[in-house]
Amino acid sequence: MENEAGALSRVAGLFSARGYNIESLSVAPTEDPTLSRMTLVTSGSDEVIEQVTKQLNKLIEVVKVIDLIDGNHIERELMLVKVKAVGDDRDEIKRLADIFRGCIIDVTDKSYTIELTGTSSKLDAFLDAIDNSAVLETVRTGASGIGRGDWVLKV
Amino acid sequence: MNEELTGAEITIRCLQAEGVDCIFGYPGGAVLFIYDELFKQDKVRHILVRHEQAAVHAADGYARSSNKVGVALVTSGPGVTNAVTGIATAYMDSIPLVVISGQVPTNAIGLDAFQEVDTVGITRPCVKHNFLVNDISELAITMKKAFYIAATGRPGPVLVDIPKDVTQQKMAFTYPEKVSMRSYNPVIRGNLKQVKKAVELILSAKRPVIYTGGGVILSDAAKQLTELAKMLDYPCTNTLMGLGGFPATDRQFIGMLGMHGTYEANMAMQYCDVLIAIGARFDDRVIGNPKHFSNENRKIIHIDIDPSSISKRVKVDIPIVGNVPDVLKELIKLLKSTKENPDQTALSEWWKQIDLWRERDCLKFDRQSDIIKPQMVVEKLYEVTKGDAFVTSDVGQHQMWAAQFYKFDKPRRWINSGGLGTMGFGMPAAMGVQLANPKGKVACITGEASIQMCIQELSTCKQYKLPLKIVNLNNRYMGMVRQWQEFFHGNRYAESYMNALPDFIKLAESYGHVGMRIERPEDIEDALREAFKLKDQLVFLDFITDQTENVFPMVPGGKGLSEMILV
Ligand SMILES: Cc1cc2nc3c(=O)[nH]c(=O)nc-3n(C[C@H](O)[C@H](O)[C@H](O)COP(=O)(O)OP(=O)(O)OC[C@H]3O[C@@H](n4cnc5c(N)ncnc54)[C@H](O)[C@@H]3O)c2cc1C
Ligand SMILES: Cc1ncc(C[n+]2csc(CCOP(=O)(O)OP(=O)(O)O)c2C)c(N)n1
Ligand SMILES: [Mg+2]
Repeated sequence: MENEAGALSRVAGLFSARGYNIESLSVAPTEDPTLSRMTLVTSGSDEVIEQVTKQLNKLIEVVKVIDLIDGNHIERELMLVKVKAVGDDRDEIKRLADIFRGCIIDVTDKSYTIELTGTSSKLDAFLDAIDNSAVLETVRTGASGIGRGDWVLKV
Repeated sequence: MNEELTGAEITIRCLQAEGVDCIFGYPGGAVLFIYDELFKQDKVRHILVRHEQAAVHAADGYARSSNKVGVALVTSGPGVTNAVTGIATAYMDSIPLVVISGQVPTNAIGLDAFQEVDTVGITRPCVKHNFLVNDISELAITMKKAFYIAATGRPGPVLVDIPKDVTQQKMAFTYPEKVSMRSYNPVIRGNLKQVKKAVELILSAKRPVIYTGGGVILSDAAKQLTELAKMLDYPCTNTLMGLGGFPATDRQFIGMLGMHGTYEANMAMQYCDVLIAIGARFDDRVIGNPKHFSNENRKIIHIDIDPSSISKRVKVDIPIVGNVPDVLKELIKLLKSTKENPDQTALSEWWKQIDLWRERDCLKFDRQSDIIKPQMVVEKLYEVTKGDAFVTSDVGQHQMWAAQFYKFDKPRRWINSGGLGTMGFGMPAAMGVQLANPKGKVACITGEASIQMCIQELSTCKQYKLPLKIVNLNNRYMGMVRQWQEFFHGNRYAESYMNALPDFIKLAESYGHVGMRIERPEDIEDALREAFKLKDQLVFLDFITDQTENVFPMVPGGKGLSEMILV
């Protein structure tokens, strides 16, 4: 979409006005600074998704809409988690972070901050794997997606 | 280098460049520089209304009756909030408007400044698009885009919010000749493959119906529609917004369809095997219960410029995205070049069935009554004006009777709020119609409740000598509400009775207009004739009508189209 003030609120407003749900939404400018790219995760029946697509296309600032689910695609989300890490837990948590290919990016004597990327379900799996009471804080970006292979989305 | 102009001057120059001859508005602090420039020129006429809602409705009536973009000008804060009802009304019916609103100066935005509201935020859900002009360098191009977006594709209102300091800044002015936007390219021509498929389906029909709506009016496609229907001899029904798209006096016209549509139109719609939908959006007031509607097997062709109108409420078989006249021309061309013909035996069977349905005479009413029947007033209005008036209406029973009993043979003659159903629309819209058609006869069919929602505009009519004929079907009830309460709420008429109505005659007279009260059926015609003879006067005709009259047929909420309540 056009990298203009207000474009984001039009999309968000459309979803709330028409009762569509937003599971996550991430947006930032692209290599062409006049454009930004938004990845939005939603759910609904085929009819609802068809309407969502058509309604998004109708927004004047939206340049192009594709449904990544229609083709092969890659999807990644970034999560930062602050966990309690004292005593024996420190090793255990480090091992777990390694298994999930996370990195510990900040350390105190009571906590670790772990950076993790992957599909949203991988991030969920990591949170499931560690003791719930150890989690102090999480922050997630929502998914970003791109098509696989040589195919590119250009306007 | 062009001479430098202020933002206010540029705003007016843009209007002039767009050929705008008339705008509707109300001044205030944030737009004073713009008003100052209006004052200094005489190309753009300004009509001063009495409430901003009316400014937008008037611009809307102007647009609907002329196919030009309507323009309204309001100040920031309360000026904008008052305008919102008008903007939403235009949005729901896809009417091209440009609304210019003043805003507090850019350096005051966000500081809860005097008369500041988040105009772009408040109007976002009810405009086709809106802009906040942050800098004078964007002003001319934004105005150009606003007119372009409003009038093209599926039309709609566009709002341009201009902070006061931007109207004071100076810059050289050139009005862009063209505008292109990579993210906005409305489709014009339909996909040829789809049109070919449509032709095949149309020719295979045994029980066809042509169902058309506001899209035919908005795109000025009445001519092509009539040609198509005539060459096929298929029955044609119109939505409330589509009336006048096909001549109502033609034998092939089976009436309006939907909640208060005719028996024959609704039955034909329900039991057709091929439905040709043109510029209509399968509204809930049109198809009734969608499940019940899909119980019958039929194939649907849907022509609409807005893909999101297609397969929204009813799944269609052949979608054609495009501009109605362009698609119809293509369709007609293909039909003319094919050797095949529709099955004439099946078609005449179908017409026989439709004529049987017609015999049900679903719009009958008591013509012997000694109390005025509202239907009779509309019928007489039709006769007296020879079907040639512009008719606006408010919202309620009177609106439905107007739609059922005034036979519109031409497009852009019937002007009403269908999608939002805005009481208060009728009189201000009629003002806009009269200004767009100075020689036209303009009648506003209204009810005693609706008319009071914008009654202050009698003053505007006085100032600009607008000779409207206000036809008040005065049943002393919010009739449409009363009807629902009678049918669905055990006759409990909660707050639908208006005690303490004004004396409308004296009220009209106090503004220098003519008032007439008509209480006997035998006086209806004379009163109307007399009113239309007063060519330069607004006449307020207060018809005291039967309080108990209801609108039939009626498809109750949740029921199927064929499950009408009939008289
Ligand atoms: C009290 C009350 C009772 C009502 N009862 C009824 C009733 O009995 N029957 C009835 O029909 N309505 C009734 N309505 C009106 C109803 O609410 C809807 O407003 C109306 O049915 C919609 O009409 P439409 O389908 O023609 O769509 P419109 O709102 O007129 O929409 C036009 C369609 O045409 C498309 N279009 C626009 N321009 C073009 C173009 N250039 N080319 C192609 N397509 C284009 C648009 O995308 C849109 O899909 C009632 C309203 C009120 C207030
Ligand atoms: C602004 C607004 N408020 C409320 C309604 C709900 N409403 C629809 S019809 C109606 C009654 C209209 O009464 P009147 O104008 O007397 O017309 P009648 O039905 O009696 O012909 C009301 C209140 C509406 N459509 N618009
Ligand atoms: Mg009434």
